[in-house]
Amino acid sequence: MSIDGDEIIQEFLVESAEILDELDRSFVALEADPGDHARIASIFRSVHSIKGASGFLGYSRLEGVAHAGEEVLSLVRDGKLPLSPAITTDLLAVVDGIRRLLGSIKENGVEGDGDFSELIGRLKAIRAGGAPRIEAPAKSVRSAPTPREPAAPTPAPERATTENRDHAVGESTVRVDVGLLDKLMNLVGELVLARNQILQVGVGKDAAFLGAAQRLNLITTELQEGVMKTRMRPIGSVWNKFPRVVRDLAVACGKDVRLELDGSETELDRTILEAIKDPLTHIVRNAVDHGIESPQTRTSRGKSAAGLLSLRAFHEGGKVNIEIADDGGGIDPERIRAKAVERGVVTAERATQMSDREVVNLVFAPGFSTAEKVSNISGRGVGMDVVKTNIERIGGSVELTSRAGHSTTLKIKIPLTLAIIPALIVHLGAERYAIPQVNLLELVRFENDQRKSRIEQIHGALVMRLRGNLLPLVHLRDVLGDDGIPAEDDAVNVVVVQADDRPFGLVVDGVSDTEEIVVKPLGPELKGINAFAGATIMGDGRVALILDVVGFAQRAGVVSQVRERTLALASKGTSFDANHDAAGALLLLEHGDDGRVALPLALVARLEEFQRSSIERAGPKRVVQYRGDILPLITLDEVLGARATSVASDDVLQVVVFSDGGKRVGLVVGRILDIVHDAIPVKSTGARAGVRGTAVIQGRVTELLDVQAALRVHEAAFS
Amino acid sequence: MSQTKQLCTFFLDGSFYGIDVVNVQEVIRYQEMTRVPLAPPDVRGLINLRGQIVVAVDTRCRLKLSPAPRDALPMNVVIRADHSVASLLVDEIGDVIEVDVDSMESVPETVSAAARNVLRGVYKLDGQLLLELDTDRIVGDRARRAA
Repeated sequence: MSIDGDEIIQEFLVESAEILDELDRSFVALEADPGDHARIASIFRSVHSIKGASGFLGYSRLEGVAHAGEEVLSLVRDGKLPLSPAITTDLLAVVDGIRRLLGSIKENGVEGDGDFSELIGRLKAIRAGGAPRIEAPAKSVRSAPTPREPAAPTPAPERATTENRDHAVGESTVRVDVGLLDKLMNLVGELVLARNQILQVGVGKDAAFLGAAQRLNLITTELQEGVMKTRMRPIGSVWNKFPRVVRDLAVACGKDVRLELDGSETELDRTILEAIKDPLTHIVRNAVDHGIESPQTRTSRGKSAAGLLSLRAFHEGGKVNIEIADDGGGIDPERIRAKAVERGVVTAERATQMSDREVVNLVFAPGFSTAEKVSNISGRGVGMDVVKTNIERIGGSVELTSRAGHSTTLKIKIPLTLAIIPALIVHLGAERYAIPQVNLLELVRFENDQRKSRIEQIHGALVMRLRGNLLPLVHLRDVLGDDGIPAEDDAVNVVVVQADDRPFGLVVDGVSDTEEIVVKPLGPELKGINAFAGATIMGDGRVALILDVVGFAQRAGVVSQVRERTLALASKGTSFDANHDAAGALLLLEHGDDGRVALPLALVARLEEFQRSSIERAGPKRVVQYRGDILPLITLDEVLGARATSVASDDVLQVVVFSDGGKRVGLVVGRILDIVHDAIPVKSTGARAGVRGTAVIQGRVTELLDVQAALRVHEAAFS
Repeated sequence: MSQTKQLCTFFLDGSFYGIDVVNVQEVIRYQEMTRVPLAPPDVRGLINLRGQIVVAVDTRCRLKLSPAPRDALPMNVVIRADHSVASLLVDEIGDVIEVDVDSMESVPETVSAAARNVLRGVYKLDGQLLLELDTDRIVGDRARRAA
């Protein structure tokens, strides 16, 4: 009797596997709520049915193990035996034992030689009424006299309904072989390509052809959507194993962990799900093992004895977001800094320059591990470089934030689907490239004669001002070269994209339509060219490469530039320590004829221009109408004292807008000269009101504006 | 009775090469190629093979032979290797030739290492030497790493 041919056994294996997964969850839920009679009864029925089927099919070992578990369960169900953590552990061992036996049947057709006599013996002892032997966890020796209360994970409310839904499933679903679904998906992909070709060919043809092509278009789109849905599975299917994982791990570590799952119904493509299963498990295990402190440590820190581990999943911005947060010990940036330098991950100099937020993300660097001891529970303390690689391989990103002593949060973002995506087609010479719409922010176009004014330079790097913010620019031609066909010279086309929340602009020769394209992988020859995510076949049959915006940004060196800027903006905050080097970006301004003033760009909300004529008066102060609000204005003269100027009053005023709490203030300045990045040594500190210090910037003595003082002037004037 | 096998043959810079037909998916004429920026110089581009995107390898470049004349339109020998499909650009296609497996000789030491790495051996035909290429080494990951 061959296993493959025998359908009854196959059915038995598949259905039992599902029952076992359900039992994992049920036991853990039961531990949290031991009085749930309905659940106990349901668990008993499940084990009973496996026992019955095993007996019928002649699997005596399986029957034996299930029977032992069933006997204990019947006592629990009848109220004769209270459920203790130790008993639950043994019952879960029954589930594992059954799983092992089923695995052996599936692989070899027979139950195998596994010896379950010890487990059965323990269960018999429990049944006989003796207190179950409390198993000490394999490693650590505990001085506490009683075993600690183990994990009591409480499932989020919606999971209960998910379980019920699974049981009620029955007739409205069918089982389909995954291979068949993949084949369908491929065919639909080919159909999309053919449809694209037909649409292209159809341009200019007669009405009958166009009508049919349109119908084909509609049908293909719907078919595509339908097939893509079949590939989607809720993240709960991976997630649902976690209650058991967390419970077992918490017991073994002697910790108390509460697990919250939010968004289990969030759907993902199955290949993505497969790819993130292991990284997620690793992160969860890490949080329990290294993140959440022991109950003693927690209470001594004024926290609740039970740690909270929460997983959230939701769709946002075309991506699936998964957030894993724990309220454990957090990550100490200083420890990471020291370890990173020690491991040679960064130089000591670089380490001091990095913000805490950047430092904490160093845990993803290869060759990094901060666990004091290597535990065989989650392997080396942090295998985060592998986690990050796996997530990035599917086009996702991961970021870590932490409050030392309080919490750690991991945010993962992954694209919804890999196979068919909308993309913008751009031109470079006669070549075409596709930019996935999910990375696209906006398109900017200006005439060639504006090129000089719109595109500016900072030490050789090209930037452009976009609504008050600076956008780094990269010429696609500079990174990819071209086919020798020169650019048309009539307009400048900038495609604003974002790589991981960092926007930058791509200067291309031309922009075409947005199209739905089928992503085809590049193959082993081209592995490692990080600028491309794949290739596609255009409507005319030619091949076009798909840009991987993140990889492209790295290659173009844009990411590090933007990173510095973002760092300066995000992490320096509003305090500007005049005694230290004035690092971060500084806005350089003219004051009067020959004076120069600098202020931290991080504090600047916007740079605006107003017509002198639009300035109005509100009492003693000057104001201007701005974005539906009234913006009070102060001048550098008011803050720093008047400065001789021979420059005639301009019609257009440069105003630097600050946001102070919810209020906005505009500082009228002279010419905006430049933006500088280099660390500037502060020569002398605050000689007069409004000035934090002086420094030499670009060869000129420059006063560093005390922005807080400036804002105080404003307040004083208004009060 | 000695074993024979069939080789799909082609010409490259005056030399005669062959690949076991078992590994050859098809042979087609010159196809338009899309350039792949940032790729190594021996990757000429990508071609559309009935909906499948296939890398076209400039075999002359990969074997470190002299480059083809600029207006040449190379033919494509599409081979299966390393779990994927790739196309070798060649000057001209030859016939399918049956050879005696035992008559293969190893490539002399005087041949450059780059070439010896990708050649399985030499067959002495009437008036011609036939060089058999190893498909697993001429394309795919190993070729990329060896470059």
